[in-house]
Amino acid sequence: MAAPAVKQEGFFDCRDAWAQTLEALAQDDPRIVAVVNDSVGSSKLGGFQKKFPERLINVGIAEQNMVGVGAGLANGGRIPFVSAAACFLTGRALEQVKADIAYAGFNVKLVGQSSGIAYGELGPTHHSIEDFAWLRPLIPLTVIVPADPWETAEAVKWAASHEGPVFIRLSRMPVPNLEVANRTFQPGKAELVRQGGDVALIACGTMVHLAAKAAAALEADGISARVLNMATINPLDEAAVAAAASETGAIVTIEEAGIRGGLGGAVAEFTAGNLPVPVERMGFPGFVPTGSVKWLFEQFGLTVPGIAKAARKAIGRKRP
Amino acid sequence: MLRNDTVATIQEKALWMRRKAFHMVFDAQLGHPGGDFSAIDIIATLYFGVMRYDAKKPDMAERDRFIMSKGHATGALYTALCAAGYYPEDWLSTYMGPNSKLNGHPNRNYLPGVETNTGPLGHGMPVGLGIAIAGQLTSSDYRTYVLTGDGELQEGSNWEAAMTAGHRKVGNFTLIVDRNRLQQGMGTEETNGLDPLDDKFRAFGWDVEILDGHDVAALLDKLDFAPGSRQRPLCVIANTVKGKGVSFMENKASWHHGVPNAEQFDIAMKELV
Repeated sequence: MAAPAVKQEGFFDCRDAWAQTLEALAQDDPRIVAVVNDSVGSSKLGGFQKKFPERLINVGIAEQNMVGVGAGLANGGRIPFVSAAACFLTGRALEQVKADIAYAGFNVKLVGQSSGIAYGELGPTHHSIEDFAWLRPLIPLTVIVPADPWETAEAVKWAASHEGPVFIRLSRMPVPNLEVANRTFQPGKAELVRQGGDVALIACGTMVHLAAKAAAALEADGISARVLNMATINPLDEAAVAAAASETGAIVTIEEAGIRGGLGGAVAEFTAGNLPVPVERMGFPGFVPTGSVKWLFEQFGLTVPGIAKAARKAIGRKRP
Repeated sequence: MLRNDTVATIQEKALWMRRKAFHMVFDAQLGHPGGDFSAIDIIATLYFGVMRYDAKKPDMAERDRFIMSKGHATGALYTALCAAGYYPEDWLSTYMGPNSKLNGHPNRNYLPGVETNTGPLGHGMPVGLGIAIAGQLTSSDYRTYVLTGDGELQEGSNWEAAMTAGHRKVGNFTLIVDRNRLQQGMGTEETNGLDPLDDKFRAFGWDVEILDGHDVAALLDKLDFAPGSRQRPLCVIANTVKGKGVSFMENKASWHHGVPNAEQFDIAMKELV
């Protein structure tokens, strides 16, 4: 396992918000249960297990069984939160996610931990950068990628109250609170982080913070960048993308995931068929090398200067 | 009802199911009649001698659950659900047609009484196990039955579930193995052998019963246990004959998804009386 993330002032591990929210929900709703694959610690569910030992079902290192058991628990009237490392929950049990959860429509909440390249040093087997492309086509499955602890808690609360399958993708890397006034969490709706008219930066998860910083840097150069937090990848907020395309004429997508089939893919699919504008997709082109998160972000331009450069490129591709 | 009457009733239902299932396959010119016929006596026993359900309330919380993990054997499941009153008989003639609720594999979204979507093999046991665990958590007394094919046990997900069921002592969970010893292409033992199957489940912490899967009285004896009476999961290895009941289909791997021509259909209907 990777070393625990270094604690920084003002930065938070969203897994704490997830675990605390689930415990609070379980206190009030006896139907809530957790299913894990020997991942009590990495899912931060030690407290849940202590409070509700019967309701923490650890099936061991067996992801296909884990997801199937989740479907069965839903059949039996429970609200299961199935939590495991995102790479194994999605990849190893993909057919179960497809057939038992999405196609069957069971009321199961899948929670992918340490997603993206959070396990950078452990290499591509442990990176979860294909998950968006695998899950997006499973239409009934709502896919949410919270950007900070507040949004994580809201997403978990919403998932518990929503009747239907949900996937929540979490990191293990500390993130700050996103600075947006008067926030309300609406699944399927993009959050306007910053208004702007020259280019739209559409980001999700850990990348929203970088996109906001890049917009500030661009402003210093006289470029007005809109920033959207696209916390729901599926279904995509097409209205927000359409507005971004028509009002700015250029889009950059930024995600801690592969650029094929992820957020960038979704935005490009929509704009290509409706409002063709330049779309620069930032993320990973395929398997990436082993290395620290910081190093990998730098290698693939997932930095403030990298995003600013992509924004200028997108603006330069606008049709005259 | 006296047990002898029950046995006779179940056998009568099973005969009706075989005739209807073969009709469905003949009409659609698609299906898996070999595996339907090996499983029909088991499923008829569950629906007409063992399980608690109300076809008018398919979501009743306290219903016993049945999962057809070998989802290709829809002829056996669909005819049972029809005979149990879940839907009208005229739906059978739509089998695998455009927009039919009777898909090539069972679909809970469309057909009442189907507990989960199956078809890809090795899914039924984990889902059934989850249902059984939910029953334990809520102190409900429903029982959960899963039927797998024997070839299907080559899927690793089953053994993940078998391990968990044994470890957690899920006594309200019963697995029935349709042990016809044939898979799609050839014998199970020629492909990736399963024997000794009983020892494998015992080693995983299960109780095991071996019986003739066409002996309704024996099936009733082993499957209809009092809720709460078992401390360990139960595996019933039902020795069956693929294509059971039709002379030219019996023990032939080619009838896994073979379909009858008109002449074969007539012969089968004469035999199924």
